[in-house]
Amino acid sequence: MVIKTITQANEALEKGELRSIDLVNEHFDRINEHDSKIKSFLTLNKEEALAQAQASDRRRAESKSLGDLDGIPVSIKDIVAIKNLRTTASSNLLANFVPAYDATVVKKLKEAGAVILGKVNCDAWAHGSSTENSDFGPSKNPWDLERIPGGSSGGSTAAVAAGFGLASIGTDTGGSIRQPASLCGVTGLKPTYGRVSRYGLIAMASSLDCPGPITRSAEDAALMMRVIAGQDYLDSTTLPEGKFPEVNVDKDGNAPLKGLRVGLPKEYFADGLDSEVAQVVEEAIDQFKKLGAEFKEVSLPTTKNALAVYYVIMPAEVSSNLARFDGIRYGVRSEKAQNLAEIYDLSRSEGFGAEAKRRIMMGTYVLSSGYYDAYYKKAMQVRTLIIEDFHRVFDEVDLLLTPTSPTPAWKMGEKTEDPLTMYLADIYTVSANLAGIPGISVPCGFVKQDSSQLPVGLQLLGNQLDEDKILRAAIAYQQATDWHLRDPEF
Amino acid sequence: MQKQDLQKVAELSRLKLTEVELEKFSEQISDIVKYVEQLNEVDTQDIEPTSQVTGLMNVLRPDEQVEGSSDPDRKALLSNAPEQESNYVKVPGVFAGGDE
Repeated sequence: MVIKTITQANEALEKGELRSIDLVNEHFDRINEHDSKIKSFLTLNKEEALAQAQASDRRRAESKSLGDLDGIPVSIKDIVAIKNLRTTASSNLLANFVPAYDATVVKKLKEAGAVILGKVNCDAWAHGSSTENSDFGPSKNPWDLERIPGGSSGGSTAAVAAGFGLASIGTDTGGSIRQPASLCGVTGLKPTYGRVSRYGLIAMASSLDCPGPITRSAEDAALMMRVIAGQDYLDSTTLPEGKFPEVNVDKDGNAPLKGLRVGLPKEYFADGLDSEVAQVVEEAIDQFKKLGAEFKEVSLPTTKNALAVYYVIMPAEVSSNLARFDGIRYGVRSEKAQNLAEIYDLSRSEGFGAEAKRRIMMGTYVLSSGYYDAYYKKAMQVRTLIIEDFHRVFDEVDLLLTPTSPTPAWKMGEKTEDPLTMYLADIYTVSANLAGIPGISVPCGFVKQDSSQLPVGLQLLGNQLDEDKILRAAIAYQQATDWHLRDPEF
Repeated sequence: MQKQDLQKVAELSRLKLTEVELEKFSEQISDIVKYVEQLNEVDTQDIEPTSQVTGLMNVLRPDEQVEGSSDPDRKALLSNAPEQESNYVKVPGVFAGGDE
């Protein structure tokens, strides 16, 4: 049997039918043979990974397994710090940066015995929806190598879809886990803001950033959440919740979602949604009905302004967070700089790419004296209205179901010249970040374009801390379908 | 956004733009600014701004003395600085003429 999920691997490891070292070697072999086509990995962690796998096998042999992730090969988006392993944010500016500590998510994965294969590509500083902004070149979509994998966590989703690691950690600021998961046909969960520690992330927009799991199945995402979620004294915005709940789904009943009230926000099924994607999502809705879910149309009227709010608040926070990259304590220092002011100006001008420069300047503009109230404060007020929309609908329904992305994966280069068109790719995902609510993207079918089958994802959104509800619905759907287990040929 | 406005923003952002960048970015950022100006149409009278979505406030640890941590250690942190000298990050002189 080819092992596709953590759940399958864990079962085989538990029974002694599989050793972690063989599993990890198999994944490295696949990376060596095929990643030249996908370009998902930036840095491999082979020596340490093999040692971790051997240590895991010894624990299993002594019946001292650390749990469901012990010996499981995973990758980490290159914007998350790993001690003593190059971490670049896919940017030239940090091309030589070696963190002195582990991010909390990494520390927790290591403590759970997970085996870290290496660091995967993303848009530089996580700015983008395609990985084309990576200073080290774009990753490719395993379903069609001419197309982008989505972004910014596109290296993570391409790797998981291609079978390089059973899971990956991504980060989601405006859709950067869910959108590429949708475009690569994998499962991606953006947790509630503060449910997973941001400590050790190279910060993009601190009021929006959420690290989360990218996996082949929702069941695996739940296993990952049980390890990575929790309050962390190194991130004062983490929530004081207890252990992440176990997510149980009735496997035998024929209506496991009986009584679940699901809302269809009409603004997410309006103009701009590709008609074939809409068709695939409609079929998924029928499947959810068969599982017992009840649907009703709801309205989130401020949705139409969400992207505008995002493109004020996000760059404002980006401009503050990227101010620390000044060529003094880390990163590349310009060789042309003659004095301190030039170190700042030239190191930043040479080190940042076009998208980071645009966002820094946009953010500086909306925060500058005379414009702050008109743009930044206004956006924070409309953010309140977006949150109130969600509060209102979550009084009526348990979850919302929407498409994750208005289109399937597009061709390389198609949107690079016009930043605003690229921004529209996040139209269904940004609201969840602005409201701090959790969302998951799960594969729900394919559309045919040219001669390629391209994956489509649906998004389930829940109220803050309702990850277990979202996961339960996603697991039930995946028990009834096999879209999430289809493999690309490349 | 006019080119001279963008030039001012670039200076505030500690970025030096080439003429080509100035041209391209002023056009692109103008488009983005125009797009976000749709927010002017939203009535926000008496609406409180949101900057923190979960409502957590004043998260404090107990006021107890704790052992200093050697992790991350000074040497590892310093090793990322482009220039160092005897356990310090090195920068050129701050004042004109005071270099080296």
